[in-house]
This record gives sequence, C-alpha cells and structure tokens, in this order.
Amino acid sequence: MSSSPTLASRLKGRSELGVALLLGAAGVLVLVDAIALVTPYSQSDPVGPKTLPYLVAGLLIVCAIMLAVNVLRGGQGEAEGGEDVDLTHPADWKTVLPLVGAFVANILLIDWAGWVISGTVLFWGSAWALGSRHYIRDGIIALALSVLTFYGFYLGLGIPLPAGLLEGVL
Amino acid sequence: MDVFSSLMDGFATALTPMNFLYAVIGVLLGTAVGVLPGLGPAMTVALLLPVTYALEPTSAFIMFAGIYYGGMYGGSTTSILLNTPGESSSVVTAIEGNKMAKAGRAAQALATAAIGSFVAGTIGTALLAVCAPIVVKFAVSLGSPSYFAIMVLALLAVTAVLGSSRLRGFAALGLGLAIGLVGIDSVTGQRRLTFGQPLLADGLDIVVVAVAIFAVGEALWVAAHLRRNPLQVIPVGRPWMGKKDWKRSWKPWLRGTAFGFPFGALPAGGAEIPTFLSYVTEKRLSKHPEEFGHGAIEGVAGPEAANNAAAAGTMTPLLALGLPTNATAAVMLAAFTSYGIQPGPQLFASQGPLVWALIASLFIGNFLLLLINLPLAPLWAKLLQLPRPYLYAGILFFATLGAYSVNLQAFDLVILLALGALGFMMRRFGLPVLPLILGVILGPRIEGQLRKTLQLSAGDPAGLWSEPIAVGIYILIALILLWPLLFKLYRRNRPAATPAGIPVTSGSSAPRDATGSHSHSSRSGGEPSDGDGDG
Repeated sequence: MSSSPTLASRLKGRSELGVALLLGAAGVLVLVDAIALVTPYSQSDPVGPKTLPYLVAGLLIVCAIMLAVNVLRGGQGEAEGGEDVDLTHPADWKTVLPLVGAFVANILLIDWAGWVISGTVLFWGSAWALGSRHYIRDGIIALALSVLTFYGFYLGLGIPLPAGLLEGVL
Repeated sequence: MDVFSSLMDGFATALTPMNFLYAVIGVLLGTAVGVLPGLGPAMTVALLLPVTYALEPTSAFIMFAGIYYGGMYGGSTTSILLNTPGESSSVVTAIEGNKMAKAGRAAQALATAAIGSFVAGTIGTALLAVCAPIVVKFAVSLGSPSYFAIMVLALLAVTAVLGSSRLRGFAALGLGLAIGLVGIDSVTGQRRLTFGQPLLADGLDIVVVAVAIFAVGEALWVAAHLRRNPLQVIPVGRPWMGKKDWKRSWKPWLRGTAFGFPFGALPAGGAEIPTFLSYVTEKRLSKHPEEFGHGAIEGVAGPEAANNAAAAGTMTPLLALGLPTNATAAVMLAAFTSYGIQPGPQLFASQGPLVWALIASLFIGNFLLLLINLPLAPLWAKLLQLPRPYLYAGILFFATLGAYSVNLQAFDLVILLALGALGFMMRRFGLPVLPLILGVILGPRIEGQLRKTLQLSAGDPAGLWSEPIAVGIYILIALILLWPLLFKLYRRNRPAATPAGIPVTSGSSAPRDATGSHSHSSRSGGEPSDGDGDG
C-alpha cells in the first residue's frame, strides 16, 4: 500500500531518519575500527578478529540504508506502549531533560561526594523532574533510601559504596 | 531413576533453612518488583542481580528461581488490575483479565491466574527436569559447527519471527552485536571498539547493558510520556474461585501449558505466540464464546498458564545448551557467567548439584508463589498505587546502584546513561529490545564457535556444515528468513500468476509482514496497516 503520504506524515516520520543515520554511523565506526586492526594471518585462528566486525558493520550499514528507504516510503516504527505511557501527547522534554540532569549530577558527584549524597540528589532530582512537589517528604525518602542502601550494600553484601565527603561520618 | 534421585538431592539442597529463606525472599522481591508497572521480568532480574552478589552460587540461583517466577506472576497481576498490559507476554491476559476485574471478578481472575501459573509452572518444571537431561545427552555429541548454527538460529529466529518489523529487528540485532564486540578479543588480544579507553578493554558489562536498556531506557521513555491522569486500579480482595470457575479453568490451564512449554523451549520461543494461541483456542472451544471480550475466565486461565509454562520451557535451552531465548533468560545467562558458571551440556556434569538445586527451587518457588500470592494479592494491588514520581525515581536510583556496584566505577554510569538514551530511542522508534540483548550476549559466543569451527577445519569454510545437525539448522534458518517471501508468493499466486523472481527485494524490505502481525494484532485492534513493501 504505497499510497502517497501527506506532507505532515512525511515530516513526522522524518525524525526516524536519525535512527538510520545512527545505524549507519555505528556501522562505519565498526568498519573503520576493524580495518585498523593489524593481525598477521594465523593458522590457529583463520577467522581472526576482523571477520565478525566486518559482518556486523555490513549488517548495520544495510539496515541503515533500508531503514532510510523504508522511512522515506512512509514506513514508521511503532512506539512502545505501557502501563504508564500515554502516547497521545508528544514527548515531554521538560520532564526528560531535568531527569537526565539528575542522572548526570549523580555521575559527577558519586566518586567525590559519595553515594549517600549523590544518591539523594539523584532520587530527589528525579522525583522533582517527574512532577513530585513534596520537597521535604521527597528529601527524607531520598536520604533514607541512600543511607539504607549504603549500609545494606556494605554490611549485607560486602560492597563498599563510596562514602566520599561523609567519610568518617558513616 | 537417575533424574529422580538427582532431583531429590536438589530438593535436599534447596530446602535447607537458609536456602529456603532465600527462595522466599526471591519470590517476595520478584513479585513486588514485577507488580510495579513498567518493570517486566527481565528488568526485575537485572535490577535484583546485585542483591545476589554476596551469596554463594547455589543460594544465589535459588533466589533467582524465586525472582524469575515471582516477576512473571507479578506482571500478570498488573495487567489484570490495570487497564493496559505491561510486557508483551501479558497482553493477552489483560484482554479478558481486565474485563473480569472491571466486572467485579478481579478475585477470580487473580485466582485463576495464580493457580493456573502454579499448575503450568509445576508441569513445566517437571518437563524441564525430564527434557533437560535428554537435550544434554544429545547436546554433548554436538561440536562447534552445530553450536554455531544453533546460536545463529536463535538470534535470527528471535529477530525475524517476533516483533512487528523485521528490518527494525535486524537493526537492533546489529547494534547489540556491535556492543558485544567492544573489548579485548579473547584470541588475539586485539582491542576492538575501545577507542583507546582502558576502561572499555574488558568490554561492556552485560548487567550494565541490560539495566541501561531495560530500566533506564524505560524510565526515560515513561518520563517523556507520563500519563497525566493515573490509571484506575481495581480494588481486590483475597483471590478465590467458585466451583464453576474451577470447572471452567482446569482444561484451559492444561491446554495453555501444552502450548507454552514447547514454545518457550524453542529458539524463537517467548510467551507471546503461545499465549495468543491459547487465547484463540479457548475462545473456539469455550461453551461461552459470547463472554469473550467481556471477561471470560478461560481467556485468563489459558494464556496465564501458557505464559508460565513458557517461562519453564525457556529454562531448558538455557540450562542444557547455554542458549537464552528471551530477555529474562539472557539476563540469567549473564548472571551464571558472572559466577564463572558456563551453562551448557557440561554444566550438568560439572555443576550437577547446583543445576538440580536450581530446578528443585523452581518447584519450590512456584509453590511459594501460590502460597504467598493468594493472601498477599491485596497488598500487591496497593503497590500499583505507588506515586509515579517515586516509582520511576526509584527505578533510576536502583538502576544506578546496580550498575555502579558491579565495578564501582562512575564510568559505568556514563555508559548506563548513553545506553539508556539508546533504549529510549529504540522505544520511540519501535526497535525491539530483545534482539539487542541477545546480540550482546550471544555475539561473542557465536564468534568463539565460528573460530573454533574454522580452526578445526583449518580454515576451510566447509567445516561449517560438517555436522548433519548444522545442515538441518541452516535449512531451518533459510525457511525462517524466506517465510514472508514464500507467504507473499502464495498470496500473490492466488489472484494471478506472477513471475517468481521479482519480489526478492520488496520482500526483504517489507517492514511489517505476515509473521509479525499475529502476535501484535492483539495489542491494538485498529492498528494502521502500513505494509508498504507489498506494493
């Protein structure tokens, strides 16, 4: 059914070209990396480390091209549904970006400030990004979770999460 | 009987007080996390993986068995009590289950799901105990060429048969294989795709990949489309069934089990197809076909049994061949590997007590599930009312914790975020997650077998089809890949005879084909058909 798609649907489908681009870029990356490998031919390993990368690169590049063609012809991937997913409204970047921000803050803080602080920031920030406005309650929950997991991992599992700034306090 | 005595030894191991306690904890944790919306069984296992790190392997796997079945069962509770289904395997359960719940029969729906899961899980685990040693006996005779072929089959089957778009499936597979390439090549010591980054030399930890794609990707995706008006949770009392419900349920349970187990054990198995087949069968055989669509108990009993039997079936290739066929099994394979245990035919010989303890604890977990879940159902239902900001903040929190605790490197969190973004993109554009995960896990194994094969044949590619099993599997692979084309030809030939050579290109570029439609037609009735390759 290659009925001519309307302009609107064509524009809407176009963001998926980014996926094709990503696939192509990944394919080229794998290819370039594989070419750069230097391996003398070896009797005991006739396949060598390059074969699979070549195949994977080929698969990715072919998929990229076919996906691009498919999207331009009006094909569209089906976005995933779920219990809490409402696909009727467009992607809400005002939620996603702060959420990513909280995540990045955790990455930056975890080794320096320690898990208790970075985990608290992560949970509190995420809850805030997702629309919770009970600042104090969120903070208490976040802190409690972080402290509990810190001790739980340390005492229960023997995994020392970084104490960071609170070294000596905890 | 050999199997029987081994199994009894397994029970002896699994029933020591400590191990039994771990089984109970596993079932409780698994169900609790599995009930939470947005968390399927695979994600449940991935998130709870760190909890088992401190345990010795046997206890860890006993706990896993509980988590596995608990997560499965939790998912069906969610789909019955909420309007929309979570993971694909409970889509069918949701159709009738939610209608039943709305009609005030939530208690009966949950009861038939729980008891059906128990019946199917028990029969399925028994079949596993019987079949796995047989598969092992057969598998020890297989060499690298056959293993290579079997793994390729598993990858291609999952990619080509499940999901709505083959093209997008293969794209996801390619990405997964690429991720699996990262790190030092085990044979030559060459660094692949590490970009001079020493932290990448050991490759990407599969736990990090799984948590990123499942948990972080899901949390970001839900955040972007969070429902503004929360779903109505249907209140429920203690599940129970009347005499009539029992009478209407027991046959669907058994038929569902019969559908579920073999499909679960097949390389392209999974629970989607058997649950759907079970639903259709029950609808046809029912004495009350008019109730279907309005809450027929058979429509819950059959698919739920099929779902759980498939879960048991999945364990057969996982334990006997080291071959994961769904996402949960893939994560479990990763868990095995992290304990230095290599599933496969040798496992039964080298780690016999552990395997049988695991199988025994599958029985125990199943039984506990019934015992715990019937009385606790109202509590699980309360979990569904957890405020969504806390739920998804919690998912991110525990995902971070899990990924970080593997190596205690902040760098892993960077990867977690990057792959989480990839998971987000895949959900947005309909790339299936399963081929990616299987690609990451099976890619290195496939490469290993390929190299071993050609090493044995001294570089002669004919070594690839030097075993009859391998040849048979390649024929099967060809059939799977050509199936949509054959189907199309068949359909095309009915209206008018057309030349056979032309549709090759259009067939392979068709995003939606006949094989995918049956597993997804249930998801949304009015799905716009865009089979643009048909033209």
